[in-house]
Amino acid sequence: MIKYSNPLLQLTRARVMEFIREPEAIFWVFVFPVLMALGLGIAFRNRPAESLRIAVEQGNGATALAATLDSFPDLDARVLQPETARNELRTGKIAVVVVPGDSLTYVFDPSRSESQLARRTVDDAVQRSRGRTDPVPVGEQHLTEPGSRYIDFLIPGLLGLNLMGSGMWGIGFNIVQARRRKLLKRLLATPMRKSEYLLSYILSRFVFMVLEVAALIGFGWLVFDVRVYGSILDLLVVSVVGALAFAGLGMLTASRARTVEGVSGIMNVVMMPMWIFSGVFFSYARFPDALQPAIKALPLTPLLDALRAVMTDGAPLTANLGRLSIVAAWGIIGFLVALKIFRWN
Amino acid sequence: MNGALQVAVRCQGLRKSYGDVVAVDGLDLEVQVGECFGLLGPNGAGKTTTVEILEGLLQPDAGQLEVLGMNWGTDDRALRQRLGVQLQETQLAEKLTVEETLQLFRSFYDQGPSPDDVMRIVGLEEKRKSWVSRLSGGQQQRLAVACALICHPELLFLDEPTTGLDPQSRRQLWDLVHDFKTRGGTVVLTTHYMEEAHRLCDRVAVVDHGRVIALGSPSELIAALGAEHVVEIAVENDDPAIDGWLAEVSGVQDVRRERNGIFLTVSELHRTVPALLTALKEQRVVLSNLTTHHATLEDVFVSLTGRHLRDD
Repeated sequence: MIKYSNPLLQLTRARVMEFIREPEAIFWVFVFPVLMALGLGIAFRNRPAESLRIAVEQGNGATALAATLDSFPDLDARVLQPETARNELRTGKIAVVVVPGDSLTYVFDPSRSESQLARRTVDDAVQRSRGRTDPVPVGEQHLTEPGSRYIDFLIPGLLGLNLMGSGMWGIGFNIVQARRRKLLKRLLATPMRKSEYLLSYILSRFVFMVLEVAALIGFGWLVFDVRVYGSILDLLVVSVVGALAFAGLGMLTASRARTVEGVSGIMNVVMMPMWIFSGVFFSYARFPDALQPAIKALPLTPLLDALRAVMTDGAPLTANLGRLSIVAAWGIIGFLVALKIFRWN
Repeated sequence: MNGALQVAVRCQGLRKSYGDVVAVDGLDLEVQVGECFGLLGPNGAGKTTTVEILEGLLQPDAGQLEVLGMNWGTDDRALRQRLGVQLQETQLAEKLTVEETLQLFRSFYDQGPSPDDVMRIVGLEEKRKSWVSRLSGGQQQRLAVACALICHPELLFLDEPTTGLDPQSRRQLWDLVHDFKTRGGTVVLTTHYMEEAHRLCDRVAVVDHGRVIALGSPSELIAALGAEHVVEIAVENDDPAIDGWLAEVSGVQDVRRERNGIFLTVSELHRTVPALLTALKEQRVVLSNLTTHHATLEDVFVSLTGRHLRDD
């Protein structure tokens, strides 16, 4: 007799149906990354250079000095009582406090780059208003590179983060729940192939991966005009490899855990280093050189590098083979080890 | 079905321990093709462990085992194609519908009825589009049985299929098992409900501490008590000495005390009760209560172990 229907297809369909009937899952996978992109995109949007907020301490000639400084376009100056001025300086509302007198004193925190800038700008303004002239005339030419904004850096980062999160949580939770509810044991009592069960998770991840990529890339493009400079197909290939890697790792983290609490703990331990080190929100070049080899070996790091290479540099896939093989290796090893040590009972 | 096959399950000297706890302690069974075989015993007697060994889900520490003439470890896939399994406490995926669940299980097997047919058999046609989480306890249990029936199994394992169900749902499930047996299927069932064992099972193995302590048809087991009735009395001026002369009353086979009552096992109610009343009068003991019932498998279990099947 002909098989009623393919078990792998049926299992994958079951996965997909279960997922789309879970409103929370939809929120975390599709809505949350978009909200995060929106929030961060607005917070770190490129603004026309903002004027620096500074204060002149109340005292002799303070009002005149404040008026002079305020007339410079880069500066926003006010007169404040000494105590208020110090307080606002401490809380970062203003960048520098000028104490008037025969000689001026600049009060600021030298470890704040904004304050350093303000100190120079204020000094420049003071000296000019007292008649200093520039010996060499200078001109300016402004340049904006496409894809150089923070949001252009952020969108591929969030995409990678999402591929990681939904792969790990989506698969890990589901498997542990099925184990806890003795559903795995029940399936073991059927002729179902174990590998097909685990593969169905990976296949269902591919279905949602396409939608996740579309949601985030579409949002970035519509709202922030973030472009994909490489080919969309290459971007999908990179995303497929990423989804595979984190599906395999999700399976591995869930392969033994008996409780949802247990698997949550393991997932956090696995994902936390990548949240911090892999360059989701800022470049991993900021970490010390000694850490770089370890950072680059984490699966999310080469995935993000490859996503950014395709999206912002327009690099072809061939330029990313090394990165993609590291990512894929994590996934394949994760899957095989998971299959080996998986706890069905 | 294999016409030559007479014995569906045969196991000898089955043993299984979890650490220091011995769950199954040298258990022998032989289940004939076409019969409904019950494992009756209290919680913790080793029934579930035994069944899960028979289902190939647990590895025994020792013992021989043959299921449908095949062996676990060599014929697993062929065996799984022919077994229907309902596990104690399995919760099916909550957000799949009845129909989707059955389609999924059907896809694992080479042959068997369609999900529609099975839904009709278990009476869940109207619920085909309902999520599993929205089914009642009885409906969920019938769906679990439906998943076991989806491969048209030769051998059906049911582990405590009616525990926690209301009387009506329980009867619906009994009808299902009865129908399956009528169509020639073999059933291995565990239960701690004596009534269930009595109504469904052709033969019952009474299990305690991982061993079979009695085996036979329900009526044989009850007949082995040597008496078919139980008389329960309560007296006002109670005194342990009473037991001695009660046992001497003509027709009383056994006297035991529990729950503030005295239980007498008797074979002929119409002779023993008048004799009992006379004896009580002679001894000036005032009767505060007297009831009788037919001896049940529960009485069999109590007489074998001194304990009850259920604590409640």
